[in-house]
Amino acid sequence: MQTLVIAPILIPLATATLTALFWGRPGIQRGIGLFGALALLAATGALLAQALGGNVMAVQMGGWAAPFGIAIVIDLLSAIMLAIAGLMAVAVAVYAMGPGADERDKSGFQPLFHSLMLGVCGSFSTGDLFNLYVWFEVMLIASFGLLVLDRTKEQLDGGLRYVMLNLVGTTFFLLAVGLLYGLTGTLNLADLARVAPTVENQGALAAVGALLLVAFGAKAAVFPLFNWLPAAYHTASMPVAAIFAALLTKVGVYAIIRLFTLVFAHDTAFFGPMFQVVAIATMVTGVLGAAAQSDIRRILSFHIISQIGYMLVGVALLTPLALAGSVLYLIHHIVVKANLFLIAGAIRRESGSFALARLGGLWIAKPLLAVLFLIPALSLAGLPPFSGFWSKLAVIQSGLQAEAYLLAGAALLVGMLTLYSMTKIWNEAFWKAAPGGDTPGPRWSRGQKFACYAPIVALAGVTVTIGLWTEPFAAAAMQAGEMLLDTDGYIAAVLGEQRLAQLPTPNLIQLETIP
Amino acid sequence: MPRILPPARPIRKPRSPTLEPFLALTIGLLVAASVYLFLARDLPRNLIGFVLLSTAANLGILVSGRIGSMAPPLVARGADAVVADAANPLPQALVLTAIVIGFGLAAFALTLIVKSHRQLGSVRPEDMALAEPQNTEQNRRAIEQKEAA
Repeated sequence: MQTLVIAPILIPLATATLTALFWGRPGIQRGIGLFGALALLAATGALLAQALGGNVMAVQMGGWAAPFGIAIVIDLLSAIMLAIAGLMAVAVAVYAMGPGADERDKSGFQPLFHSLMLGVCGSFSTGDLFNLYVWFEVMLIASFGLLVLDRTKEQLDGGLRYVMLNLVGTTFFLLAVGLLYGLTGTLNLADLARVAPTVENQGALAAVGALLLVAFGAKAAVFPLFNWLPAAYHTASMPVAAIFAALLTKVGVYAIIRLFTLVFAHDTAFFGPMFQVVAIATMVTGVLGAAAQSDIRRILSFHIISQIGYMLVGVALLTPLALAGSVLYLIHHIVVKANLFLIAGAIRRESGSFALARLGGLWIAKPLLAVLFLIPALSLAGLPPFSGFWSKLAVIQSGLQAEAYLLAGAALLVGMLTLYSMTKIWNEAFWKAAPGGDTPGPRWSRGQKFACYAPIVALAGVTVTIGLWTEPFAAAAMQAGEMLLDTDGYIAAVLGEQRLAQLPTPNLIQLETIP
Repeated sequence: MPRILPPARPIRKPRSPTLEPFLALTIGLLVAASVYLFLARDLPRNLIGFVLLSTAANLGILVSGRIGSMAPPLVARGADAVVADAANPLPQALVLTAIVIGFGLAAFALTLIVKSHRQLGSVRPEDMALAEPQNTEQNRRAIEQKEAA
């Protein structure tokens, strides 16, 4: 079990190293990269199967016992996020073999891409706050490199904005880590969860929580810290934009869910209303920003922001259903959003532009692409029978149950405005007559076409599967939501018998019954 | 040998009460200077602001581990715990990691600034609003022309 738990970290590390060794040999790099991505998917799938059994898997690195060493902890939420990250790695690794692969690989796409996966998987599996900071940095430095891969002027400008904001964000994170250590004397997440409610100075603890919220919020692009995202994402090359859209902001969301269900859960009275306001503002500003745009990539970038709001409903309400809704929303959103960016790349390839004004007639010219666009687009807006419907349903229902009517109402309204944005792309790019004078894009080789369309078809298939066969996904999300609220189970799994040795006896008997 | 968890607040009272307020003031000063530099419309200044801010964060970690004891955290021969009243080694390990990471990030940001200075001829963000042009009719037409070319 030990090896399996750290496999999602080891596999991208090995892949990144090997692809870096074969610098300048794109063919070999691509082979290794695809193999590494497939191995990651297999390993994370096996982990998910284990985690669905209901136990929290914890491994202490180097054999140093829990609160002292670095703990790698996989609970169901981590396993779900890892599996979906594995799926994205495969989809993007295949897509990146499409048009433009040679230029990308010469600039070092493969090592950077797998380093990014290393940072993402590390963030999802660690059980230690400082270690989370380190994984964030791994992810960040790889994403800096990926963003300016082509070194165009737009990318340099967008990249600088992204880099500057993230530098400040991570420093805030570091500051919060220091303050939290000063308050509690520990940085192990499970140990923090044990100690946090007993800290005398709860005001200072809440301030640290707010600082962490700023740091993770900047990463997750929540209101009002989202400006870097629409400034940077659309400049990246399409496979890069797709993996960014799928995973980068979600790591921030994951960190928020992890910290605020585990360490700051006892302070719901302070953070709950704050999260509600942030969630509503994020949803509304994102969708309104998208309405004003006329470039497919920028419309999609603003929709990432608006959807982040839905994922925060779970931490705002802290009920099992709300957290399950957030988890289901994460799964759905990662698949759908990555797919929309991949489709935007295909549209660009087929018709030479991202600007809606210059597009048109794709419904006649490329009916398959049109159908493939409709599936994730309608899913994003939350129409049945796609995945977005069920995740929105869970989020809104949890809002109504918790009597947070404003939150539920905003979620409904934003869903409608999302549909408006998606129909805008549909009308302009697919239905409108082609503006003429557009020369068709360069001819594809058969392999390029396959590399471009296979991931799109596969991800659309996942969206439809979640939509039509929701039961296992919803059940897993419900289980993850309940596990997130069961902090005692998490603490016991990580600290093990040590904690039992330390706590007064009454808890001993209760704890032994927890698996 | 079973290890025992440290109590919730394991850290001893500082021995030298004068140093902590001084360090706190230093951190405050560094943060103020970095905020001032972040407000400048000039990327190299912003970067120096980041360096100052990460220094402040590193000092913060060091202070939160409590300062005072000068005894090195070593385990005496035959003993199974560090010597009594030893200095706290963890914040130093954390700060060391953070310094390395901060240095790497600053180096990368500096290269990016140099590169954009060469390509765009400016280090002022408002001169390089290429990624996010104002959404005016004129700009849109310029972009479309560029794409058509």
